[in-house]
Amino acid sequence: MNRRRFFGFLQKEFRHIFRDRRTMLILFGMPIVQILLFGFAITNEIKNVNVAVLDMAHDDVSRDITNRILSSEYFHLYQNLQSEKEIETAFKSGKVKEVIVFENNLAKNIYSKNIGNIQIISDATDPNTANTIVAYTRAILLNYQQELNKGTKPPAIIQTEVRMWFNEELKGVYLFVPGVMTIIMMLVSAMMTSISLAREKETGTLEALMVSPLKSWQVILGKVIPYLVLSFSITLVTLGLSMFVFHVPIRGNIFLLLGEVLLFVITALSFGILISSIAPNQMAAMLISMMGLMLPTIILSGYIFPIDNMPVPLQVISNIIPARWFISMLRDIMLKGAGWSVVWKDTCVLAFMAVVFLFLASRRFKMKLR
Amino acid sequence: MNERVIATNITKSFRSTKALDAVSFSVNEGELFGFIGPDGAGKSTLFRILTTVMNADSGDALVDGFHLKDEIAIRSRVGYMPGKFSLYPDLSVQENLEFFAKVFGTTVNENYSIIKEIYVQLEPFKDRRAGKLSGGMKQKLALCCALIHKPRVLFLDEPTTGVDPVSRREFWEMLGRLKQSGLTILVSTPYMDEASRCDRVALIQKGKILDIDPPGVITKKFPLHVIAVKSDNMQKLRKDILKVEYAESVYGFGEYLHITMKKENSSTEKIESLLKQQGHQHTEVKLIEAGIEDCFMHLMEHNKN
Repeated sequence: MNRRRFFGFLQKEFRHIFRDRRTMLILFGMPIVQILLFGFAITNEIKNVNVAVLDMAHDDVSRDITNRILSSEYFHLYQNLQSEKEIETAFKSGKVKEVIVFENNLAKNIYSKNIGNIQIISDATDPNTANTIVAYTRAILLNYQQELNKGTKPPAIIQTEVRMWFNEELKGVYLFVPGVMTIIMMLVSAMMTSISLAREKETGTLEALMVSPLKSWQVILGKVIPYLVLSFSITLVTLGLSMFVFHVPIRGNIFLLLGEVLLFVITALSFGILISSIAPNQMAAMLISMMGLMLPTIILSGYIFPIDNMPVPLQVISNIIPARWFISMLRDIMLKGAGWSVVWKDTCVLAFMAVVFLFLASRRFKMKLR
Repeated sequence: MNERVIATNITKSFRSTKALDAVSFSVNEGELFGFIGPDGAGKSTLFRILTTVMNADSGDALVDGFHLKDEIAIRSRVGYMPGKFSLYPDLSVQENLEFFAKVFGTTVNENYSIIKEIYVQLEPFKDRRAGKLSGGMKQKLALCCALIHKPRVLFLDEPTTGVDPVSRREFWEMLGRLKQSGLTILVSTPYMDEASRCDRVALIQKGKILDIDPPGVITKKFPLHVIAVKSDNMQKLRKDILKVEYAESVYGFGEYLHITMKKENSSTEKIESLLKQQGHQHTEVKLIEAGIEDCFMHLMEHNKN
């Protein structure tokens, strides 16, 4: 009898979810759109940047360097400038991101004085892009310099060989997949559960249920299970998409990964129940989960802004944000292939949080009015 | 007499305001018992306490023979329709009913006989979503949901608020029939005109019960005369009436003003001539029987002093 009661409640919850087509569409559509956006559109790689060249030397060296720069796929010659005055107009047109200036008698200076000057001017209205462009240009110049020095006895040179481990191509999507997954799970688990419970408060159906023989844990579980299933399947979709479309690797154990996902969903769900036990109505539940969950999750979890660069007080606060631990675990497992020995600490923190939230929620949520 | 609900000195405060102040009453088996009072009188709080959804600060009650602390026993014996109850709008009529049946550990088939008379009217729409029903239909469905587990005592908190007059009348007729089957029904309402539908009513105001009696008795024992007055200029009339020095009180009741006065003073002629003097036209002055609302106003005034 007791089981039938519970399944009746569960069935009702699933009906609520599947009847609300629009919300379902948003919940499944949002992660897909976000992953696609982060994967295709938002990227730090540069390609076909318009450059202008002011060549005052007109000798072999300047022509050689210009050719090398333009023959790479990164740069595209937009115009040749005739005088320094034209530099500013070129930038102001907005089309040119970088101007390369070769000094007078460049080749002569190099061969006689051993020093040649080339000026790189870049449009730093977008500092990130400017940095990247300049770095690319310098790399080409350095290469050329080494070739010049070939044969002659070079001065002592320290060569740096840089390798970007775990993400050699610096793909933005690697960084964002764990973040997007976390945000979506937070949204579905915490926000949706809290709203759905607050709705029953608001419409008086919860009061009617209080008189029923349903226990409070049955109501909580009945609210939690459907959203657990929902957010778990959304996570699988997100993961599948990033694996097959963007080839984001899962280097660690997939079951460990899914286990951690489950743990995080439970943490978020218990937080959602806690919110709804405090919030008197749907509006309040939504506001609390937006302000109390979404914003700190986005800003303080390390999803966008690295935690190590934050001021110390914010670093301390970030410790109480579940997503922070989860995102770091996700990156460890997916990108670094870390195993249990690495992530057990973070797992314990998350599990502890889940227990605390569940405890507080079950203390607050009673089949009684205050 | 078989008493189904006996409340003794139930008191409940929210912070500094007393929502219920030592409320005592009893309801007999098969009785339709009404709580009549304005918003904020404490009706909902009382119902919540009696259905064990809320704890009282002090006092106790026996509901179908069980003390308030015996929550599980009471909860399985009462049906409760909260004031703002609005079903699940995204579930169909049938799904709503089946849900409440399941949650209360029964099936629709098992107790169909109880709700049959009400549910046949809903049956043609059983696949429609509850959110798309009219106000009256929603109320009927809510009643079915509260009845589906065959309760012994039914608590209806303002069931007719926001329902059209025709549906309200239908609803009260349904309650009358349910009562005949032996069900004990406690119902609260802010509408004074619904009092006459109850076997007995309790007039409640600011957490205190002012009077409990059958509605006919309450109006009969009203000690004053009520004179209803109407004219073409009601605003002026209101001012002029205050000059009648033997009037106890003057209240607006729809299109009439009700003047109460001691029986020995009452005279429609005196008032009529006064109105003539003041230049009122199309006047109507008549002695009427006191309604529940007149009694309520009087008791309220009386209680203040």
